[in-house]
Amino acid sequence: MEGAKMQVEGLSAYYGKTKAISEISVGFPEGKVSAIIGPSGCGKSTLIRCLNRMHETLPRTRVEGRILLDGEDILQLDPVGVRRRVGMVFQKPNPFVTMSIFDNVSVALRFAGRHSRDEIDRAVVRSLQQAALWDEVKDRVDAPAVSLSGGQQQRLCIARALAAEPEVLLMDEPCSALDPVATAKIEVLVDELKSHYTVIIVTHNMQQAARVADYTAFLYLGKLIEVGPTESLFERPKERLTEQYITGRFG
Amino acid sequence: MTRPTLSPGDPIVRRRPRRWGDLIFAALVGVGGIGVLVLILAIVGILVDQSAMSFRAFGWGFIIGTQWDVKNNIYGVVPALSGTLITSAIALLIGFPLAIGSAIFLTTQAPRWMRGPVGTVIEMLAAVPSVVYGFWALYVLGPYMRTSVEPALHRYLGWTGGFNGPATGTDILTAGVILAIMVIPTISAISRETLAAVPNSQKEAALSLGATNWETTRYGIVPYARSGIFGATILGLGRALGETMAVTMTIGNRDAVPTSFFSQGQTISSLIANELTNSNGPLQYSAIIEAGLILLLISLLVNVVARLLLWRVLRVSGGSTE
Repeated sequence: MEGAKMQVEGLSAYYGKTKAISEISVGFPEGKVSAIIGPSGCGKSTLIRCLNRMHETLPRTRVEGRILLDGEDILQLDPVGVRRRVGMVFQKPNPFVTMSIFDNVSVALRFAGRHSRDEIDRAVVRSLQQAALWDEVKDRVDAPAVSLSGGQQQRLCIARALAAEPEVLLMDEPCSALDPVATAKIEVLVDELKSHYTVIIVTHNMQQAARVADYTAFLYLGKLIEVGPTESLFERPKERLTEQYITGRFG
Repeated sequence: MTRPTLSPGDPIVRRRPRRWGDLIFAALVGVGGIGVLVLILAIVGILVDQSAMSFRAFGWGFIIGTQWDVKNNIYGVVPALSGTLITSAIALLIGFPLAIGSAIFLTTQAPRWMRGPVGTVIEMLAAVPSVVYGFWALYVLGPYMRTSVEPALHRYLGWTGGFNGPATGTDILTAGVILAIMVIPTISAISRETLAAVPNSQKEAALSLGATNWETTRYGIVPYARSGIFGATILGLGRALGETMAVTMTIGNRDAVPTSFFSQGQTISSLIANELTNSNGPLQYSAIIEAGLILLLISLLVNVVARLLLWRVLRVSGGSTE
């Protein structure tokens, strides 16, 4: 795809001998939100976890193919460096439970090699503002991160990911553990984030994909069935499987 | 006989059938449970009772008395107590880093095929009888300390004053080193379990931020397990405080406050092992019992603290944070 920030080419990923995704090729355009949808077990989480090389941190996993970030194959690069450029937010909020709200964000800066006190302070505030959490926590940034609600914890995780100043932000079903109000806040946030970042979001919720994504890819049984601008994919699906899925006949 | 009929409004009375099996079962486990309690109370009671003579003779002075003079029948616990505390401190100082290192290595760095087998071997080391450790220390470790380690320590650290006197290989330092080896399996095995119980999501949180292997361990994994590691250390300390056989075989058994790591010394447990059965009279006997009471109280305190910490860890990791 022309202008793709990330371009996946012939990507297959394995757990042991099980092939979770099979020869997927898809591009994720810069400055846009791309959604990956599909029924449970279709490989959408596996795909997104390949994009920052988290897949290979699990035992007995393997990846084949190419994943280009700005034209460079990340499978040939140092994974630590890749993950600094491609941030990730997980299904369940996973703040560092022993750390304060402030430290959860500042530790990301430390990993990125920033140590100046002043710089860290400013970056923490900026990240919390970007994640729309600052107003709620500005009076208690030294409180334990786990004292926050689930939705706040997830926004803290987003702030933490943004603090490292990634180019791409991966979100693996970021709202699946959240209530509708918290979900709405995250969706608004995703829309704002795309002005600075390329966002790739996995969701099992088709309405969510329709609301937040510019492009949508539909996966089924580890294969890419269809990809295109969200509107046309939902209104004029080209594949029968896509149509059946979005009209709720399976999944 | 007619069966009583139940009409609306009658309270429902459920007659409990007499099951002899249940009654016998309850009685048996009850005897076991209460029996253990009685045993502990009996031990404390007898120690208090038998140390009364020593307590009358020396009062609180026993706790700060620096002499254990059998000839003049004057007894203070400081020589043995300081031996116990110093050897245990050496044990933790040497044993803790090695144990934690091995636990972290086995949970985060080692290849997967290695983790189970090596972990099991470490756990088995905790089951080796202490007389075996003592025997090894007496014939292998002690001579090595005498000929190599202690002369080197004296040469390079002699100026501190702590490493002076003849190198004998049967002294406070050797006892501390063998204790270190003995507490490693305890600390390592429990720490390994706590570290392995850290949720993967904490590790992934660090990794996804571009943390290196070291940073992931340092910020993502170890802090989550820190209370458990502390509890493990306290349990290891408990083992070091009470260990008798290996210490008695290596410490030199001299009733004096140590002035150097090369001093022959005594711990409370080695004191009991050495002198209780051939004490010179009732006062010495009573004083030994009182020293034992003090050791028991220290051990109980240490264990209670460890239990509380471990309990807190289990409650947190089973809680709603994950």
